Amino acid sequence: MRLKTTLLLLLPAVGLIFLFMVIPMLISLLYSFMTANVYGGVTMPFTFGAYVQMLFDQDFSGNLTFMPDYLLIMLRSVYLALATTILSLALGFPIAWYIMCQTPARRTLLLTLVTLPFWINTLIRTYCWILLLRDSGLVNGFLQYLGLIDHPLPLLYNQPAILLGLVYTFLPFMVLPIYATLERLDPRLVEAAYDLYASRWRLFQRVIWPLTKPGIAAGTVLVFAPALGSFLQPDMLGGGKQLLIGSLIEMQFTSSRNWPFGSALAMLVTIAVVLALILQSRRRKVMEARA
Amino acid sequence: MNAADAVALSTSGNQTRQEPAPKPLIAISGVEKRFGGGEIRALSDINITINEREFFTLLGPSGCGKTTLLRMIAGFEHPSSGSILLAGKNVLGLPPRARSVNMVFQNYALFPHLTVAQNIAFGMEMLNWAKFEISERVAEVLTLVRLEAYHNRKPAQLSGGQQQRVALARALAPRPQVLLLDEPLSALDMKLRKEMQFELKQLQQETGVTFVLVTHDQEEALAMSDRLAVMSAGRVQQLGTPQEIYGKPVNRFVADFIGEANLISGLLLGRQADVTFSVRPERIELATASAPARLYGILQAATFLGADTLIEVEAGGGIIRARLRGVQMAAPGSEIGLFWPDDAEWELRE
Repeated sequence: MRLKTTLLLLLPAVGLIFLFMVIPMLISLLYSFMTANVYGGVTMPFTFGAYVQMLFDQDFSGNLTFMPDYLLIMLRSVYLALATTILSLALGFPIAWYIMCQTPARRTLLLTLVTLPFWINTLIRTYCWILLLRDSGLVNGFLQYLGLIDHPLPLLYNQPAILLGLVYTFLPFMVLPIYATLERLDPRLVEAAYDLYASRWRLFQRVIWPLTKPGIAAGTVLVFAPALGSFLQPDMLGGGKQLLIGSLIEMQFTSSRNWPFGSALAMLVTIAVVLALILQSRRRKVMEARA
Repeated sequence: MNAADAVALSTSGNQTRQEPAPKPLIAISGVEKRFGGGEIRALSDINITINEREFFTLLGPSGCGKTTLLRMIAGFEHPSSGSILLAGKNVLGLPPRARSVNMVFQNYALFPHLTVAQNIAFGMEMLNWAKFEISERVAEVLTLVRLEAYHNRKPAQLSGGQQQRVALARALAPRPQVLLLDEPLSALDMKLRKEMQFELKQLQQETGVTFVLVTHDQEEALAMSDRLAVMSAGRVQQLGTPQEIYGKPVNRFVADFIGEANLISGLLLGRQADVTFSVRPERIELATASAPARLYGILQAATFLGADTLIEVEAGGGIIRARLRGVQMAAPGSEIGLFWPDDAEWELRE
């Protein structure tokens, strides 16, 4: 009886996940093994062509030659996602720590401010960065007004601009889980460490960092996964010059009309993220076993 | 009772222990703590000297400022005025890690991610002791608190009493001059608390470290301390040995807070003015021919407790409680006479 009720209550959630997560994934998986239709969509026959295309170029006679272009895009994507994660951590931890040190009323205010950007569409927020960073934008305009520079600085359409956009967008996903673990930290442990002759740095290294690891791990996954698949920031702030895997996938479904290749790339990103998650959980299990 | 009597009594209380002259280790003088722009006084005019190798207790109800004072010695709080000397050195302004003082926290505050041995080693590692010295000392204190078999456990895998002993070992390991204990036994159940009281006292005597304990439990304070300070409303009410404080409370608060006391006041025969004095229930006897009654009253109730009988006697509008040694009692409602020896009554100054 209880089992029946449990299953019944789980049904809506499971149904939603199945309908909007599992089925689209299965469609992507299916499409990735089909042939592209020149007008968009997919046709028969089934083939591994899309996956072969990731690393090899096929000429008209069917000879395969190694082509690293897509591999480079993937590596660049991973590199940017990693850089985003590290920068978010470097900024997010002090922010979370600062918020935790405030009075309860101020904490609520600051946490609201951290989540405030979510109320505005990401597209609009990213567009605002263009207004800020472009040659005639606010930043360059101000610097020129001060007479610090003669010509506008190249702030937009390069890798640092993409990185800025990514860190800006995903920083809250790092701050919030770290804050949650910091808040649960017993302040007496901090006192105990100070009492036992720890300096500020040793306190951080030996007590705070190990005890906030779960939050840091959660934040890392929450930032890395969407950063890897992002296309909005690279497209708008990178000016499409710095092709990333997210933009590449988006192109396959729009201008390039190569749905199987787009699907195959999407599967690749999914596999990469799932692998990262598995590694993370295995590492945690090893740590707990050692603990 | 005059001053000469008091001196005579206090020396007789100390006669059993022949100790060398005590060396002061902590000197707290004129310490005050004000909050809210000086409006609220958490502590005022605190003057306490704690000696080397002493088991000293700060006793008082919650909110009396005893924990604040302890945290000042540790360096977590700072007095608004006054000074605290540790081994002759002014420690005001020094952070906790610059003081050779370790604390046993109320909830133990053990590092949950470290094993028992790692917890104990923590302080010595921060002091950059040599590796072999640390492992030697860890083994030593583990033996001291009888937890050798548990060195590899995590705090969550230990019982409350074991966690308590780890906290003690962790604080004692770096050989501090003073060990501070903030209500260390309050989280334990009654039976374990009694055992730990004994163990703490033994540990203090074995190690020779000065212990400063904070508690609201008067029984605990009397059982363990060499000397104690009874605190209330941010002030030290009385400072002395357990015998002095129990036998000769200086005021109504102390008499009431420590054990049970009958407070008798009025204009008494043979005395110049109105006085208030306390008599402990166990010092009262029934009047006999050789022990003439000092007070007559109506017996209200008698409770048989086995070895003792607890009686309540109404006299002069108040109730006097007495604990008599296995006596056959008169029926309630009858008039009885009560006697107590001279040295059982102790005059209180308000």
